[in-house]
Amino acid sequence: MSPTRRDFIRATTSTAAALAVGHHLRLSPAAQTLPAPGADAAVVDLANEALNAARGAGASYADVRIGRYRRQGVATRERQVTGVSDSESYGLGVRTLVNGSWGFAATSVMTRAGAQAAALEAIVLSRAARAVQARRVELAPVKPVTGTWITPVMRDPLEVPLEEKVALLLATNEAALKVANVRFVNSSLALLREVKTLVTSEGTNVTQTMIRVGPAFSATAIGSGDFQSYDEELAPRGSGWEYVESLNMPGNAERWASIAAEKLKAKSVQAGQYDLILEPTNLWLTIHESIGHPTELDRAIGEEANYAGTSFVAPPEKMIGQLQYGPPIMNIQADRTQEASLSRVAWDDEGVPADTWLIVEKGVFKDYQTTREQAARIQKLTGVTRSHGCSFAESWNAVQFQRMPNISLLPADTDIGVNDIVAATERGILIRNRGSWSIDHQRYNFQFSGQAFYEIQNGKIAGMLRDVAYQANTPAFWRSMDMIGGKSSYWMGGAFTDGKGEPSQSNSVSHGCVPARFRNVTILNTAKNS
Amino acid sequence: MAQPQRPTLSSSQLLTRDQAKTLADRVLALSTAEQTRVVIVSTWSGNTRFADASITTSGGVTDTTLTVTVAIGRRQASSSTNVLDEAALKRTVELAIQLARLSPEDPELLPELGPQTYQTVNAFVESTADLDPEARASAARRTITAATAAGKTAGQIFTAGFLEANARATAVATSNGLFAYHRSTDADYSVTARTPDGTGSGWARAGARDWSAIDAASIGRIAAQKAVASRKPQPIEPGSYTAVLEPQAVNDLIPLLANALAARSADEGRSPFSKPDGGNRIGEKVADERVTLYSDPTDRGLLGAPFDAQGLPIGRTVWIEKGVLKNLAYTRFWAQKQGKAPTGNALAGGLALSGGTKSTEEIIAGCARGILVTHFFYIRSLDPRTVLQTGLTRDGTFLIENGKITRSLKNFRWNESPLLMLNRLEDIGRPEPTEAGRLMPALRVRDFNFTSLSDAV
Repeated sequence: MSPTRRDFIRATTSTAAALAVGHHLRLSPAAQTLPAPGADAAVVDLANEALNAARGAGASYADVRIGRYRRQGVATRERQVTGVSDSESYGLGVRTLVNGSWGFAATSVMTRAGAQAAALEAIVLSRAARAVQARRVELAPVKPVTGTWITPVMRDPLEVPLEEKVALLLATNEAALKVANVRFVNSSLALLREVKTLVTSEGTNVTQTMIRVGPAFSATAIGSGDFQSYDEELAPRGSGWEYVESLNMPGNAERWASIAAEKLKAKSVQAGQYDLILEPTNLWLTIHESIGHPTELDRAIGEEANYAGTSFVAPPEKMIGQLQYGPPIMNIQADRTQEASLSRVAWDDEGVPADTWLIVEKGVFKDYQTTREQAARIQKLTGVTRSHGCSFAESWNAVQFQRMPNISLLPADTDIGVNDIVAATERGILIRNRGSWSIDHQRYNFQFSGQAFYEIQNGKIAGMLRDVAYQANTPAFWRSMDMIGGKSSYWMGGAFTDGKGEPSQSNSVSHGCVPARFRNVTILNTAKNS
Repeated sequence: MAQPQRPTLSSSQLLTRDQAKTLADRVLALSTAEQTRVVIVSTWSGNTRFADASITTSGGVTDTTLTVTVAIGRRQASSSTNVLDEAALKRTVELAIQLARLSPEDPELLPELGPQTYQTVNAFVESTADLDPEARASAARRTITAATAAGKTAGQIFTAGFLEANARATAVATSNGLFAYHRSTDADYSVTARTPDGTGSGWARAGARDWSAIDAASIGRIAAQKAVASRKPQPIEPGSYTAVLEPQAVNDLIPLLANALAARSADEGRSPFSKPDGGNRIGEKVADERVTLYSDPTDRGLLGAPFDAQGLPIGRTVWIEKGVLKNLAYTRFWAQKQGKAPTGNALAGGLALSGGTKSTEEIIAGCARGILVTHFFYIRSLDPRTVLQTGLTRDGTFLIENGKITRSLKNFRWNESPLLMLNRLEDIGRPEPTEAGRLMPALRVRDFNFTSLSDAV
């Protein structure tokens, strides 16, 4: 990919952050971010205890993750708080490799004996796995690293007084309830601080603090025996409290709620074929489902076959450099580096430094998402010998495996916006925000909805629609994309909880994109059970 | 090289009743709040995952989480931790109190429950709690061997599967003298088999409280047979077809009614069980007259929890009896407001759909023309007013003609409501165990709405 594109993403996201918070504090953001804490000595001692036990019992490789996860949730409806919760989870997970087989064990008993027991249990699991072993695990090389990192934030959301959070949400609800017919309002905050130390038998020792915030708002209007809801697309981010404030929820809630009321009067869509314009607030999820998941290498080689599914982007030898995913204007970047993105880290859960690479270049599929054990499986096809750094575990009690980095649609060279795309469209539908979504287990057939739908006639918005869903086949859909926005229209959405794996694990991932137009897409009327 | 001991992390580390009581009492003693509730969940989990004839990950995890919920006046908050030393417990209680003080008053807050009487449910089975890594690897081996043999006409079958055993002890205690303790186990095993030509995929699953009720070889055999039979699927025009849903497919849909069964949503006009002019539809016919849907923790096929996270006793509740809506799920607050008895959440005591006696094979045999569905995938709500869902068929979709499976079909996307579907029943089978705490029958449904084709295999 061209350096200009990569630099652009970094520049725009940091500028946006600076505008959002700089205005508020009138200080340089860089100077105000919190320092990265290091691991305390007791944690490193416990990790080494487990590492030594694992090596002593025959592990050729072992890694130990000690994590302390603090989660807070505040939920409200109308004029009341429906839940305030705060949780802390602390423990240790050991992964061992014996004769090419993995074992993993985890415990919350944080003593030397507890650490040793977990290490020995991981060895038992590694040895038991030899009974079913057609292929030995081999790890791509990684340079041992030591260091610390923290999500750049000015204000740790867990340290913000609860009064401030409750006041923000209740003021938001109050503003929404001013709208006629709006009877129900829900708003909430999900806040996370994750402190994670990774120590490996190869000499890596890193401690990272990840901070994420997930605000939410939904309003329901009731009238004449019907109800309609509207969820605002408040992107979760790897950011501090300053991001939540920048959303100005109390100031915007009345406008958001009025969309729910407006939906009561909207025209039910006539099913058929339309040109579709997707705003970034809707398109990010379509990217997640139809590009993010199918380009996970574990899906392509069948390791997710029993759960999340396989992929149409398989087998790798027939896809890399050959699959025409979309038109030449389509460039898809993977990274764990974008500022304020949910999957941003300095190192992944195998100590691999965060990477930025292209998944699709000028419409052609180029590379998958990989971990250390996966990189070697396709290096002859890609020429890439390193892991792309996609290893992640949701908690100390879960084994790390391949998880999605940020996957983003890069802007066009020409800086046009959604209004320009609307103006160029004769008959179409514009969709904002995510609605219901569903996609098959090889990622071909999908059906997505949204929150607000607008009919376009002769280059103009002609009115609001409801009951809209779009259904398509992934390759045909992306190949029908003929217009995309430029850098000014780039926006980053994201999923706070994305599930994969058995036992199922959740990760957080962002997707940046620009508005885009897709030709002749099938539109369903969901009220008519079409 | 030191040989590891026998399982160093195991279900034997679950808190006993006495240990849970002692821990709960310590926490209650630390609290200065007017009302305090402690919920302790102590867990062991062992899992093994495989793909392409290799175990890809396997794990063993033990943990104990304690949640403290306190109320000061009408202000309530909770805080939880898995760090159980005195300092951490104190910090957790103090944090909950601090959060409660800062929380606005909750007009719907009720006092904590006092001592309750619970039904005895023996849901803890040693064979599940003792399922160690070697036993799980051996089960995986039996599955792969059976799948390989059953699928050999199609070449080298690819299998991927996941086996998990869980043991859990749950305790609830309140400052009003309530103490409840319950132990349970569950095992769940599912396998996907794929043919080497990439055109066939089959799946099978079993779940139970008791691992010994699960036949690892049979799961592999069924998955492989389905994979072989589903090769080279043909498209047929999407539309309304009679569908035969296997019990696992029914298990994917029926629990989606749980949210709709909330009494409050119904009374507030936000549910399919709301009357258009206010109130709910209890007493009205909402499904085919053969349909009975119930929860009952003491049912031998369910063995659900006899209490919920507030310590509320969970008993038998019949939601739909012979097609008539009999009950909705009342929280303690909504029950008091409406003058009803609280039921707890609709899934708390397990969920069973009953009404027939036939096997899945008999339901197929009675079908003149229809589509057989193994299971569903990626189900999402489209419209809460009708419980309309969308999703896809997966791992074995077949055409039935004159009571026999005649060919493999391409997968479909469908848009259908589990509630409306229960009004279009042609036949209902006998309740079969589908997972721990669930009994679901095969169903034959008229005019199931298949909306588009999927190329996914």
